[in-house]
Amino acid sequence: MTDVAVETRKPPRQPTKRRAGPGRLLLHVFLVLVALLWISPIIWAIFTAMRPYADTSAHGYVSWPHHFNFDNFKNAYTQADLLHYFFNSIIVALPAIFLILLFSSAVAFVVSRYSYWFNVPLLIFFLAANLLPQQVILQPLYRLYLQIPLPTWISDSGYLYDSYLGLILINVAFQTGFCTFVLANYMKTIPKSLSEAARVDGAGVLRQYFQIMLPLSKPAIAALATLEFTFIYNDFLWALILIQNGSKRPITAALNNLQGEFFTDNNLLAAGALMTAIPTLLVFVILQKHFVNGLTLGANKE
Amino acid sequence: MATDIATKASTRADGARRRKRAVRLSTWDRVAIAVMVGIPVFLTGALIWFPTVSSVLLSFTNWDGIGGLHTIHWIGTTNYRQIVTIYPSFWPAFEHNFYWLFALAFVGTPMGMLLAYELDKNIRGTRLYQSAFYIPVVIAPAIIGLITELVLSPQQGLISSLFADPRHGHVIDWLGNPAINIWAVLVFACWRHASYVMILYLAGLKALDPTLREAAAIDGASEAQAYFKVVLPALKPINIVLVVITVIEALRAFDIVYIINHGRNGLELLSVLITDNIIGEASRIGYGSAIAVVLLVISIVPIVVFVWNSFQQADA
Repeated sequence: MTDVAVETRKPPRQPTKRRAGPGRLLLHVFLVLVALLWISPIIWAIFTAMRPYADTSAHGYVSWPHHFNFDNFKNAYTQADLLHYFFNSIIVALPAIFLILLFSSAVAFVVSRYSYWFNVPLLIFFLAANLLPQQVILQPLYRLYLQIPLPTWISDSGYLYDSYLGLILINVAFQTGFCTFVLANYMKTIPKSLSEAARVDGAGVLRQYFQIMLPLSKPAIAALATLEFTFIYNDFLWALILIQNGSKRPITAALNNLQGEFFTDNNLLAAGALMTAIPTLLVFVILQKHFVNGLTLGANKE
Repeated sequence: MATDIATKASTRADGARRRKRAVRLSTWDRVAIAVMVGIPVFLTGALIWFPTVSSVLLSFTNWDGIGGLHTIHWIGTTNYRQIVTIYPSFWPAFEHNFYWLFALAFVGTPMGMLLAYELDKNIRGTRLYQSAFYIPVVIAPAIIGLITELVLSPQQGLISSLFADPRHGHVIDWLGNPAINIWAVLVFACWRHASYVMILYLAGLKALDPTLREAAAIDGASEAQAYFKVVLPALKPINIVLVVITVIEALRAFDIVYIINHGRNGLELLSVLITDNIIGEASRIGYGSAIAVVLLVISIVPIVVFVWNSFQQADA
């Protein structure tokens, strides 16, 4: 995904006077209707998931529910072993996010503090990598992963293919570009005088990076961490192609196999799909806050 | 870590660029910088750019993928000629990607812009509305595909239950009928895309200087005039971003159709053909690579525009 840049922002707007009137009312009517339409597919999924299969087949899908319960959630959870797949996602996402932020902040630090000839080409190198459609590189990547042997304690397949490490690395390579771009823009707004003062005090490059720039970039890093969690958790393609063993797939890619198990029972499928979405919806609550923080703090630095 | 840092400015500081570099770095600092830049460059080079170049090279060869690299034979443009003439799925997939782009560009993106514009009006409860409109972006495209199935299923879906009694009258098989299923799926693709556009555009609108609009209002401009003559031109950088992501998202489309029916029977896409040629039974590396190059060539335009746009802004 190309994704949301942490943009710098002008000083907060003065709240203009609220004009009450028919126009405002119409606007609210419009927004309420569209918002209801917007969430209706999700409400439908919840509605479907809460009803036992017998209830819907006896009374039709749009009918007053005679039973409402969480049995489908329980069944989907146990039958599909969702917790196992959820942990697969975490095994991939957490190291990947750590490495993405480490690498991208390091490159962003160098680009924003030192004027090398390669700064702009370097940023283009990373940014363009993130903009490519993934399928452009998929075929050679798959062949490459089959060529790289790994010791079996890292990958039980013996190759980078079908290993968590392989999946982590491609997520890191693909997402570092976007984060480098955002962080470089963010760090450029941090006054140079801060790191220069540290340098005069005898701080080397690494100390300036770890003790000055990283703490100052915390808001942007937090915003990116939440964004990257949703991107990696929601990834379907990389895991589908690069992980062969179904039980090793992260949860979103595992939906592809789970669908086969549930396919006759839409109620169960709805419950499985909703439970898969819960972690990102939870993170979303945090993401909204961090996101706004990242936006406003970026502005005040300027 | 370095202790011997030169704080003296170099005497060679002639240009602005030189002056910034004038601080001499110790050997340790140079090593640190080389590592900080080198590792990410190596990883991105090895896993993104090397495969990109390989896709281009492989598209001119025939290779079964089984023999070693020495079994690769250069066959010129044969793969390209064959995919456009005898590969039955290519043109339908190409057409569907085009429909995808068309729908995102003329429905999804304008819808997202409209929602952002309305939400930017300082209305009561804007956070609540925003939360509702954000949700499709947070949910994985694969799950959007499953929700599409739940809503459109002919026997158990919301639409057929509302508009026809599935137990008696005839039902429309929205996802099974190859004449209409791409459009049915596109409704849901636009649903997600509009949300994505809304987030980007709302951030752009909020960053806009409010005095611009006030000045237009004082001058007696109508709302539509103020939008098209003042707001829209002032947001040129974000507009370019929207155009670019619309094109790229249309090229990347994959998860929704793959979860629904593995991209067959009316839902073929170029991205699906590429994966079919990797993990499918009848995989042909040459065909897959040639289609990858088609995607690459189309995507180069928006990528160049986006990069150019970003660095113009940075310089300004």
